[in-house]
Amino acid sequence: MKRIYVNEEWCLGCHMCEYECIFANSGLDEMFKLKGRTKEFGPRIQVEGGDNSNVHFAVNCRHCTNAICVQSCIAGALSKTDEGMVRIDKNKCVGCFTCVLVCPFGAIMPGPDGKSAQKCMLCTDNLIGEPNCVKHCPNNAIVYEERD
Amino acid sequence: MKYVIIGNSTAAVACIENLRTVDREGSIVVISDEPHHCYGRPTISYCLMGATSRENMKYRPDDFYQKYGVTTKLGVKVTAIDPSAKIVKLENGEEESYDKLLVATGSRPFVPPMEGLDGVKNKFSFMTMDDMDALEKVLSPKKKVLVIGAGLIGLKCVEGIAERVGKITVVDLADRILPSILDSEGAAIIQRQLEEKGVEFILNDCAQRFEGKKVTLKNSGREISFDVLVVAVGVRANTELVKEAGGNVNRGIVVDTHMRTSLPDIYAAGDCAEGYDSSTGSNRILALLPNAYFQGRVAGINMAGGEAEQTNAIPMNAIGFFGSHILTAGVYEGECLSHIQGSIYKKLFVKDGRLVGFILINDFLRAGIYTQLVRDKVDLAEVDFSLLADHPQLLAYSREARKKKLSRKV
Repeated sequence: MKRIYVNEEWCLGCHMCEYECIFANSGLDEMFKLKGRTKEFGPRIQVEGGDNSNVHFAVNCRHCTNAICVQSCIAGALSKTDEGMVRIDKNKCVGCFTCVLVCPFGAIMPGPDGKSAQKCMLCTDNLIGEPNCVKHCPNNAIVYEERD
Repeated sequence: MKYVIIGNSTAAVACIENLRTVDREGSIVVISDEPHHCYGRPTISYCLMGATSRENMKYRPDDFYQKYGVTTKLGVKVTAIDPSAKIVKLENGEEESYDKLLVATGSRPFVPPMEGLDGVKNKFSFMTMDDMDALEKVLSPKKKVLVIGAGLIGLKCVEGIAERVGKITVVDLADRILPSILDSEGAAIIQRQLEEKGVEFILNDCAQRFEGKKVTLKNSGREISFDVLVVAVGVRANTELVKEAGGNVNRGIVVDTHMRTSLPDIYAAGDCAEGYDSSTGSNRILALLPNAYFQGRVAGINMAGGEAEQTNAIPMNAIGFFGSHILTAGVYEGECLSHIQGSIYKKLFVKDGRLVGFILINDFLRAGIYTQLVRDKVDLAEVDFSLLADHPQLLAYSREARKKKLSRKV
């Protein structure tokens, strides 16, 4: 299965991936319409390293082989697809955030309403269809490909 | 190969899912005294408050048993295990033979003897879907509810019913609420938040005598009237089947790191099992849903002839009340780094150069990065702990370590 991998040495820390993630999952048709509304939609990818850091990289769900979040979910809201993607069923999620407690990458987080968790589903759950963060990364600091 | 599983909750499901990664052919029979499709036990409080539905409480999809080739016998109790004949006996007179058996019988409420309790009409436990259904029938906006026990189960019940009843009073013998996961200071924050929702707490006290819809407390002598009583004092592991079969039983069914009991070809997992806790270095029951899955997984793989072990179990818990969230893990020993501000409460515990535990209230984003440090007993010399003390982040790892995490399949 193709996954998102990080090329840390290329990351500019520009946070474009975060905005592209928000946009992809907002359901809006134009990026400019996000103006003033970004807080309504939290990104599922997060750039680490602040303004004073020389190191930056983006983190989102690794879609782990033995995903501890799936094993720990109290509601059966997290599952693995046959391809190996970790998906979340928002209707089943009760917002206990056990997944936040166990994800070793810090890649699952409360959704904007705080009532359920959200995570990267590789843009299969929106109209974009493939990771919008990767598509718009200006420096190939994240890539979407098969690796062992 | 024929596998029999007693129980139909998390450990059983984990056993099935992982057993099948090794053995696609063997037959699997699941026997449970609960008549329901598997459901997430801890979601019962969320269902009462309308945050989920009975349909969405299903722990796995409707076709789960079919997809995994499982025969179910639901609503039937197992009465005995005969380990020499390798059969389990059911209350309806049937027998089921096995090659490998998993005991995933969970736990049941512990109700201490209390004078007059038999005369209380509307009394409930709060562990199962049937408990939830029974309790829901008596909820109405004017009812006064008395909850005995300010632990995880008692207080989730409180949250579940708070909007649907009148007054709620919680009594506990402990000096603080949630004593299994919180220290006094942290407990005080959550208690205050619950009190703001109108919940009354009476701590350091217990019921002395019930008389119909009235209880007299032992230490304060107070009298409280109620319409509905919920007893959530504690739980007891369901160990009897293994004990009567001659297996080694302590508070729970004693298992090794492969989830083997002392009886041949019999495994145990979940809330009934007493396995190795790496945070204390000794065996104890870790009655937590994730741990039930981890144990069921290990049992399933080993039952099918694979190799798996659980050596890194730790206590950990995520629980919320009315929008506040408490995430905890490990033990609260050693040096404490704390950050407390308003409703934010954060404590990290460092001992022998390792993060051994934490309490996070309302500041919990990316907490799993901490949990992994605790679980893997990471030497803090390998990471930049000053960064981590501020907030959980992968930047604290070396570039090389980070590459392993983010640049290859995990």
